[in-house]
Amino acid sequence: MAATTELQKVTIHFAGDSGDGIQLAGSQFTNTTALQGNNLSTFPDFPAEIRAPTGTVAGVSGFQIHFGSVEINTPGAEPDVLVAMNAAAFVKNIKNLRIGGTLIIDESGFDKRNLRLAKLDENKNPLDDLDPNDYQVHRIEITKLNREAVDGLTLSNKEKDQSRNLFVLGLVYWLYHREMETTLTFLQQKFRSNETILEANTRALKAGFHFGETIEAAKRYTVSKADLAPGTYRNIVGNEALGLGLIAAGKQSGLDLFFAGYPITPASDILHFLSRHKNFGVKTFQAEDEIAAITAAIGASFGGSLAITATSGPGMALKGEALGLAVMLETPMVIVNVQRGGPSTGLPTKTEQADLFQALYGRNGEAPIPVIAAMSPSDCFDAAIEACKIAVERMTPVILLSDGFLANGAAPWKFPKSASLPTITVHKATGDNYQPYARNENLTRQWAIPGEAGKEHRVGGLEKEDITGNVSYSASNHEKMVKIRAAKVENISDMYAPLELIQGDTTGKVLVVGWGSTYGASKVAVRWAREEGLSVSQLHLRHLFPFDKELGDYLSNFENIVVPELNNGQLVKILKQEFEGNIHGLNKIQGLPFKAKEIFEEIRKHA
Amino acid sequence: MSTNNTLTAKDFSSDQDVRWCPGCGDYSILKQMQTVLPELGVARENLVFISGIGCSSRFPYYMNSYGMHSIHGRAPSIASGLKAANPNLSVWVVTGDGDGLSIGGNQLIHLLRRNFDINVLLFNNEIYGLTKGQYSPTSQLGIHTKSSPLGSIDHPFNPLALALGAEATFVARSMDRDPIHMRDILKKAHEHKGTSFVEIYQNCNVFNDGAFEKFTDKKQKASTTLNLQAGEPLLFDNGEMGVRLNGFQPELVKLEEGYSINELWIHDPTDTTKAHLLSRMFGDDVPRPFGVLYEGKRFTYEKAMQDQVDASIKAKGLGDLDELIKGKNSWVVE
Ligand code: SF4
Repeated sequence: MAATTELQKVTIHFAGDSGDGIQLAGSQFTNTTALQGNNLSTFPDFPAEIRAPTGTVAGVSGFQIHFGSVEINTPGAEPDVLVAMNAAAFVKNIKNLRIGGTLIIDESGFDKRNLRLAKLDENKNPLDDLDPNDYQVHRIEITKLNREAVDGLTLSNKEKDQSRNLFVLGLVYWLYHREMETTLTFLQQKFRSNETILEANTRALKAGFHFGETIEAAKRYTVSKADLAPGTYRNIVGNEALGLGLIAAGKQSGLDLFFAGYPITPASDILHFLSRHKNFGVKTFQAEDEIAAITAAIGASFGGSLAITATSGPGMALKGEALGLAVMLETPMVIVNVQRGGPSTGLPTKTEQADLFQALYGRNGEAPIPVIAAMSPSDCFDAAIEACKIAVERMTPVILLSDGFLANGAAPWKFPKSASLPTITVHKATGDNYQPYARNENLTRQWAIPGEAGKEHRVGGLEKEDITGNVSYSASNHEKMVKIRAAKVENISDMYAPLELIQGDTTGKVLVVGWGSTYGASKVAVRWAREEGLSVSQLHLRHLFPFDKELGDYLSNFENIVVPELNNGQLVKILKQEFEGNIHGLNKIQGLPFKAKEIFEEIRKHA
Repeated sequence: MSTNNTLTAKDFSSDQDVRWCPGCGDYSILKQMQTVLPELGVARENLVFISGIGCSSRFPYYMNSYGMHSIHGRAPSIASGLKAANPNLSVWVVTGDGDGLSIGGNQLIHLLRRNFDINVLLFNNEIYGLTKGQYSPTSQLGIHTKSSPLGSIDHPFNPLALALGAEATFVARSMDRDPIHMRDILKKAHEHKGTSFVEIYQNCNVFNDGAFEKFTDKKQKASTTLNLQAGEPLLFDNGEMGVRLNGFQPELVKLEEGYSINELWIHDPTDTTKAHLLSRMFGDDVPRPFGVLYEGKRFTYEKAMQDQVDASIKAKGLGDLDELIKGKNSWVVE
């Protein structure tokens, strides 16, 4: 019987070829771990190329999970365990493995061919050179063992090998005392139409699990339940949370949800998710291009729906002109940008926060649009509802920023009851003598929807005359309308909940001000710094435009402001422009999220 | 208050001054539209005109209905979103040769293949009018314009062949100078369930005057135009000439030279192949067909979209938000 050690937290990195089923193994481990009550954060790292050659470093797919009985805010920096299904996966990830960590290897992924494909000397297995004092290495003939496990099934070797990921998963389940139940149920669902494949995968999982017993000197670990606040939890990835938020907003507003999108990584999953939930009255429209997607949404908004489109940076660029039309029409809609590395096609599968300027300024003319950002996978739900609420209640397009890290990353979510969700009030046109551009006290115009008799009117992209909405080329009217549209958007900050610090005191040496997906890494970094006794606080911005009214006061109470961003310095420039103080950017542009350590070191420089 | 078909043309006219050049063919189209609307029995509040950019696209401002003058080329997608959101509306897209066939070509062809029940009126004047006279994608090869002083080298589109190629279910051609014909076609376009594509030859008397003169001029008209009527033989030149099919080859024949009317091509707008042949009667050596070239049946997109929603609700029950939020795997922390 292997010895069992209790751990507070663990980071495991699964890596293999993109055809090895790494993402499936990773997400299964995540679901199981979530159900066992651990806190967790994940980071799926897809290969940059969709069809990179098998066995090459470019084709390596990774999935990292950080889980524990303590608070977990990031997917972890240095893994404690690396599972490498081939030489390329090993080469790509070994430098990250913590010294003293565990390495699980499929020996058959290190034959001459695989070594060659990984650009290694085919006569020299790098595993032979590992210092046994550095890592606990398990070199296992996974492919061979797995084929034995599924022996007798009428499957080709290729098909047999497709269940190797389950063998590895079983082994890791054994090492970390995970139950197989969730995955077995999942397999039954997934392969219900193919009994042989179901049998192969089931056998592989169990074989891997039982194989653990036979490894000499293998240590087993337990990770106790996290001390989460009481409540009901589930595991959620960002894109799904965002889709859920949109459906919830439809319900809260009483409007039909219309979603138009054009396939683009990493936003497509929102379209997929909503297409599966038509029984919520959702209409989804896969448009012929990005422009058609946003303009169809504009049409649906004109027709009285809660209209949404989602895309990523390149698609956002194409939507620019239509965004201007939405500003002119003052019609409610939400445009989601799940950011990825840019410019141009950039790094489609990698995360970045470099579209903030685009969201704020990427249009012709004076075209202010509120911009809000989600900060964690589960926060995508709340952010989506808030974006819809602002759009509908203030009759404006709203840009919602997410990113690749949030979109695919998972975390436990203490989900709310629908009864506790914010209400969304539709600003319907009332009374006779409808004037399309008459406004209420916060400058919001009324929404008259085709089909309503007596409120027939024309809107369009030409400048509007104040109140009547007729076409107007008057110089003074244009200036007036530009100011009205600006003031209307500025007024939106009235709707915000009070801005609060995430942690720390209201005055001090350093304030870390982040936005979007840097939240988790900042949180850990600031906690470490505070544990060291440094005078550091954390603020995280949901609202990028307009800013929260209290922002200036917070900034003025700290000697130094540190702004971590996954770009070349965007929010930091705006803060410097609008506020006084020692404002420092911390920028990472590698297609990867921050490690808490990186932010921590920057804090130290200024504390 | 719901309006009905006791309305007159005047009720569909907005209070805005019409701002096309005097003598522009657009006036006639606007007038025919306003004249025909009371006959269609569409309540004013259910009527929506969506346009893009260009001279033609000012159209919605002059209609006392709902309307949107949108951005260049995108009216088809805006109309699609609108029709999807509210299938009960009567939605009309007003576009031009630059708006619909150049910058918005992609939007137009995808609208046609999807077959939303939307009527598209493409005012073809073979020129860019609003930007003051550049050649358009339908301009004749060799045309001298501000942007083609040495003659255009762009091969022009054949809009109806394009529409048929894009799987449109209703394809017709009319002209600004023939009000009766236009009203008839507008009515048929409205009655068709699916996307109706109507090309209207429209004279831009400022930048491309007389582009269609040979089809509108009283003297030439008889020999240059072919008036299509379902079930009727293809006759022109006051009944002296006809078109017969030799295999897939249209042949122009003189009836007095011994050809009988029974040998002529009988117009069948439901025949796709023949519609393609008609659309290809596009050169100077053949009369140009006017009328409904093709009318086919296919399910409308908005109906199919709604059907999927309904079927989904029937199969799974109306969505329960709390269940959805909860997901399949949740756990309780005490
Ligand atoms: S430019 Fe030509 S198409 Fe435009 S309004 Fe004048 S005449 Fe009509």
